Amino acid sequence: MTDTALDLSLYAKPCGDNTLGMDLAVDGVHCGGCIARIEHAVKELPGVTEARLNFTNRRLHVAWADDQIKPAEILETLERIGYHGYPFVPQRAEEEEAAEARRLTRYLAVAGFAAMNIMLLSVSIWAGSDMTPSTRDFFHWASALIALPAAAYAGQPFFVSAFKALRARSLNMDVPITVGVTLALAMSLVETARHAPDAYFDSAMMLLFFLLLGRTLDHAMRRKTRAVAGNLAALKADTARRFMGDELVSVPVAALRPDDRVLVRPGERVPADGVVVSGASEIDDSLITGETMRRQVGSNAKVYAGSLNYSGALTLRVTAVGQDSLIDEIERLLEKAASAKSRTRRLADRAARVYAPMVHLTAALTGIGWWLAGASLHDAVVTAIAVLIITCPCALSLAIPAVQVVASGALFRNNVILNAGDAIERLAEADTIVFDKTGTLTLPEPRVVNAAEIDPALLQMAARLALSSRHPLAMALAREADSAALFDGAVEEPGQGVRATVDGVEARLGSADFCGLPPVAALRSDTSLIMFSHGERSAAFAVSQQLRPDAVAVTKALSRRYDLRILSGDRNEAVAPVALALGIARWQGELTPAEKIAEIEALKAEGRRVLMVGDGLNDAPSLAAAHVSLSPIAAADLTQAQADAVFLGERLAPVAEALKVARRARALMTQNLTLAGVYNGIAVPVAIAGLVTPLLAAVAMSCSSMVVTLNSLRARGGGRA
Amino acid sequence: MNVLVYLIPMAVGLGLIGLLGFMWSLKSGQYNDMDGAALRVLSDDDLPPERREASEVP
Repeated sequence: MTDTALDLSLYAKPCGDNTLGMDLAVDGVHCGGCIARIEHAVKELPGVTEARLNFTNRRLHVAWADDQIKPAEILETLERIGYHGYPFVPQRAEEEEAAEARRLTRYLAVAGFAAMNIMLLSVSIWAGSDMTPSTRDFFHWASALIALPAAAYAGQPFFVSAFKALRARSLNMDVPITVGVTLALAMSLVETARHAPDAYFDSAMMLLFFLLLGRTLDHAMRRKTRAVAGNLAALKADTARRFMGDELVSVPVAALRPDDRVLVRPGERVPADGVVVSGASEIDDSLITGETMRRQVGSNAKVYAGSLNYSGALTLRVTAVGQDSLIDEIERLLEKAASAKSRTRRLADRAARVYAPMVHLTAALTGIGWWLAGASLHDAVVTAIAVLIITCPCALSLAIPAVQVVASGALFRNNVILNAGDAIERLAEADTIVFDKTGTLTLPEPRVVNAAEIDPALLQMAARLALSSRHPLAMALAREADSAALFDGAVEEPGQGVRATVDGVEARLGSADFCGLPPVAALRSDTSLIMFSHGERSAAFAVSQQLRPDAVAVTKALSRRYDLRILSGDRNEAVAPVALALGIARWQGELTPAEKIAEIEALKAEGRRVLMVGDGLNDAPSLAAAHVSLSPIAAADLTQAQADAVFLGERLAPVAEALKVARRARALMTQNLTLAGVYNGIAVPVAIAGLVTPLLAAVAMSCSSMVVTLNSLRARGGGRA
Repeated sequence: MNVLVYLIPMAVGLGLIGLLGFMWSLKSGQYNDMDGAALRVLSDDDLPPERREASEVP
């Protein structure tokens, strides 16, 4: 771990008398054995009163007596038994969603309880043809007594949302639901008071139960993906070495404040935007600008969070976010792009806009028609309300959420995590894909490209030697090592290389000068050479950005259906070979963030739906401007927050899978809407004719909901990686 | 059929007890870690050491 003391007091929160509590995201938990091992090890620390691992979201809650241990000791304990853990503060959004999920479950439980009890009473009424009217009345009153309070409680999410929509003078699916349920209950109450044979308490409660079921499932899926995303963010969290007087203390990046001084060693990422106070080094800005050429920095140079420090130690003064010209520019563009984004209307809302006025008009016309045809006012109103009950959009409101739940589950299994609720619909509409190059088409970390040309024994020796170095080029070489065993006595000479004695002969890895070899020039400007010598034998390793392993296959498959382009901030000579290798004819390099947006706006003006895939800070505004956007998990934080979905891993395949799942989901959504339409086409004429009985309403509504839900399950199939 | 007058409220009341039980279990966090509970039951940490030996499968 780190050799400086780690100060995590930022995360420890008081809970109870002299007790501190902390939540950690833990990586590498696989089985029941892990639970026991982790909880045991942590509980053995002095002062720890509670250690409980939640296996579902892989989080560990620890509580300990204040001043007995330091929080960093918990992390070290985990590290010692082979797990990586990092504390995190739950996002406000995640906590709110957890509360909302608990609320929805309570509504669901009440609606389910009421629906089941009322259904028992209703079945007795339907079956008991010899039931006396007074017994039937008693059953109806009992149903009313259960249904009214239950509906008032469990219907809240729909009533509140419908009220909000009406106040904003618009319509959503909750308006017809609220009208239908309220009228069904009111009419049933009036009919019960009149000793009439029919009441619709069962239909109203069943409707609420089905709708709440859809909403609860939708919520549960979103919570699950959000928890995983939260864990990934916590585990990615870096620490910074901050000067406290003359002493160095490791603190979480979140604890840094402007004007703090931090030390950045070679091979580390810059923790926060800042100005170099002392030291000189080479900086790799590729995560910020997409540029793969390294930049020389000295005193007073500006550096950005996420840049990689290559050669020398730097002392920085942290500046406030937004104080800087580049970040300012990006934030300004981001704001503009986000506000200009034409709010795509969701499929469900579009359907509601057509559906709600239509059913209300039909119901009104039915009532008026019957009255004009000579029916009594009471019969006309009852028939009109029966139309409203039967058309209550149960199937319609399940048609889209049900598919979304299943599809986001399928995406999750394919390593894609959704950020935005309606991303699936928008992904399905994309016809043009714009890729960023650095970190998106290429791997985020550089790789050795000529490993195959080098004697395997020599490669392994060099790679094992590289394990002893923190230099980014050496770390790229170290990835080739088969064994993780360091050479004894390996010494790193700062800014030069590493040397060790292997088989009695000195091996050196580093610059040509350090290895005593004649200087060699790299073939391409974006390739760095790292030299290795072992006695008489020597090798030159070329390290550069490399394409994701499946990039060629994936882009080739995608190009059959989509128009592919590359917009990069990197130099043209670095972009050209990538575009050539992938067979993407339309590419542009050396673009500023504003030019990227302009390109995307031009594509949008042509009527295209653009999917932007990017990772750099410079891509964040274009991600917001595009119709829909994806980011790899290694992306800059601000960028990831803008993306509609994030994909994990080294491969590009999740992008293609996400598009495939989204297209199938979109097809199923349309299919479901059609099914709901067919149901209405059959049920509405029956209702208009005045032939609907409570039994028929209950059967028709549950069958249509069931058909739609079962059809949605098809969004699962085939989507496995 | 007068018997229904108290049988039905009783039946609903029993259901209500079940509902309240569920609400209590929800509130006390019984559903926070559904996967973990299934694995914890296999761990024999809560047994005294001498019984732990005996329950181990060779």
